[in-house]
Amino acid sequence: MRMHRRTLLALAVFTGLTAPSMALAADDTIKIGLLATFEGPFTVLGEDGERGAMTAVAEMNGTVAGKKIEIVKGSSDASPDSAVRAARKLVEQDGVKVLVGPLSGDEGLAVKDYAKTQPNVTFINGTSAAQDTTLRDPAENFFRFSTDGAQWMAGLGTYAFKDKGYKKVATVAEDYSFPYTQVFGFMAEFCKAGGHVPSKSWVPIGNKDFSSVIAAIPEDVDAIYVALGGADAVNFLTQYQQGGGSAPLIGGSITVDQTVLTSKGKLRDVLKGTPSAGPTADTNDAPAWKAFVEAYKKQPGAFPSPSLFAHGYYVDMKATLLGLDQVGGDVSDGGKKLRDALSKLSFDTPTGKVSLDKNRNAIADIFLTEVTEGADGNLMNKLVKVVPQVNQTLGIPEDEFMKLGAVNRDNPSCP
Amino acid sequence: MSLAIATDGTTPRQNWLERLGAGHIILAVVLVLYPLVASDFFLTQIGGYSLIFGMMGLSLMLLAGYGGMVSLAQITVAGISAYAIAILGNNNSNILGFGWPWWLAVPFAVLAAALASALIGWISVRTEGIYTIMITLAIATATYYFAQQNYAIFNGHSGYAGIRAPAFWGIGWRDPKPFYYLCLGLAVLSYAAVLYGSRSTFGMTLQAIRDNPRRMRALGYHVTAHKVFAWLLAGVIAGLAGVLLVWFNGRVSPGTIGVDAAIDVLIIAVIGGLRHPIGPFLGAVVVILMQTFAIDIVGAERFNTLIGLVFLVIVFVSPDGILGLWGRIKPHLAQESLRPGS
Repeated sequence: MRMHRRTLLALAVFTGLTAPSMALAADDTIKIGLLATFEGPFTVLGEDGERGAMTAVAEMNGTVAGKKIEIVKGSSDASPDSAVRAARKLVEQDGVKVLVGPLSGDEGLAVKDYAKTQPNVTFINGTSAAQDTTLRDPAENFFRFSTDGAQWMAGLGTYAFKDKGYKKVATVAEDYSFPYTQVFGFMAEFCKAGGHVPSKSWVPIGNKDFSSVIAAIPEDVDAIYVALGGADAVNFLTQYQQGGGSAPLIGGSITVDQTVLTSKGKLRDVLKGTPSAGPTADTNDAPAWKAFVEAYKKQPGAFPSPSLFAHGYYVDMKATLLGLDQVGGDVSDGGKKLRDALSKLSFDTPTGKVSLDKNRNAIADIFLTEVTEGADGNLMNKLVKVVPQVNQTLGIPEDEFMKLGAVNRDNPSCP
Repeated sequence: MSLAIATDGTTPRQNWLERLGAGHIILAVVLVLYPLVASDFFLTQIGGYSLIFGMMGLSLMLLAGYGGMVSLAQITVAGISAYAIAILGNNNSNILGFGWPWWLAVPFAVLAAALASALIGWISVRTEGIYTIMITLAIATATYYFAQQNYAIFNGHSGYAGIRAPAFWGIGWRDPKPFYYLCLGLAVLSYAAVLYGSRSTFGMTLQAIRDNPRRMRALGYHVTAHKVFAWLLAGVIAGLAGVLLVWFNGRVSPGTIGVDAAIDVLIIAVIGGLRHPIGPFLGAVVVILMQTFAIDIVGAERFNTLIGLVFLVIVFVSPDGILGLWGRIKPHLAQESLRPGS
């Protein structure tokens, strides 16, 4: 009896705790980690990000430099802890030397911190767009080919003030680093042009009841700037419309994204005519964009037009693959050659030329858009204007830009 | 436990080895030697993390198993000590961070957690069964949202980052092996304390209160005080787990203490079994392994479904969790050993 118990106990403990790592990558495959939100409030966004990344992989026929691409997926729920945990598993257990992701702002800040502890692994952003992921205290091995949330707003503040004639705007945005960055990008131009922002509301991610927020919006504002994502945007807009709100809207990049525009209901009427800006425009006529849309639509469950997340993950995955191609898929030197290649990489994306600055943050074209109804009844972002080659300091000299201070809920301010 | 009775009739007291029991000794040897075979990932991400969540499960097991009080707020208690470490020690979020040395910050953090736990206990102690669960869930959720929206103390959604485990005696305690042994040491300490405490006068009284509070009150015991003291002890264990958790992650944010995490702790305790302090640790190993590797088995879209199904199967097959499963196998093995030739 004793014997049995001992053997069983030992067996149970050993099988439980020491399952050997199966991370034996064959020489003819190259492993790339893909970190996105496959759970939690941003699941829909994460799945579209994956479609974008897989579009880039499909474009290369699943191989790079003669090696087969093996994608290992990691899932987070948009919280920084879960992103770091998933990244750790991909790097330390699955043994990926190249990791694409994460999706959300605070996740990016956390993964950047983690990147510093893994100098031999190359991290390429997904769509996380907090400013300080690359601007302040960056990591040598973290690259962002997908621009940040302030860059995405280029041209919108000026357009709202001059063309739309809005002088006073209230903002409603989620309470974390990415919307701070978006509001910063909008206000940088809007305040400079002479506009005022008397009220800023910050709501937690996953908020369901916006009645108190709606009640707090001053009545005399000309428009409301909304930077909410996914379900949050749908909930706010629906409740605002039901509550009889009638002020025109200005949209953050992910507020009038395909993930929101494809939702059903009266919400559609509220959204029509909303100006916004971001890294993509649905009605972009450029042949490269049209080719990308066609390629994207081959992915299972695709939206009528790729979302910003599909685009961001596509650009970052594409850059990764181009970099790997240049070094012959060789990351045996701890990825040094790959990182050199990536730093110098400049390539044409479906949305124009992309290159990196000294902090490894992208300089790219930004699209000013307005929501319209397409011929097939789908809402889409009509291209108004292209703002060419926006850099991270929004064209302001770097030392002057740094003086504006780190983005947070109180900075900038122009009541 | 089949303890060998000393054959020498003059000394009925067993020596300490025998009192420890064969199972414990084997388990201890295996756990001490585990770093020889495990990769760094299995050492910290699976081993250390399981021990940390096992300790949180243990603090719940103490309350639920001996006291009959099911709490969903143990992660909140752990979170309080984690936040306390970030606030009292150093962090790189430029908020608070008093820079206390670890030997000062840790006791204060654990004390804060224990007091918070006692307070939660004091609030919920007059309720029973499902109402205790509801009240602790409400406290956990409220703390989560408060942390999410408070900037002066909790630094909102971002929380605190850049928290380092201390380095002393020439050892960096967040390196894989030292960290594993640190977790193991504290887990063993908590485990032994709970095991010893359950047989102490206080432990017996607590179990009697669980079974019949009215009779105990009639016998002159202060029921509320005993229950609140159990919460305090559970708070110490959860607080220690919180310290390890924040050193492990190097950061703490509201996501760490969210409702998902609170339910994880409950699942760990239920899957493992609430009848013996070893249960939560078994449960933690199963849950952490599932959460880490389910995505490799069924892909990114449905892995949470698989996790749920496995838990469902375990609870379906054995309502007492893994411990109950063991309890069912054991009699069969005993039968087998009685047969000739075995």
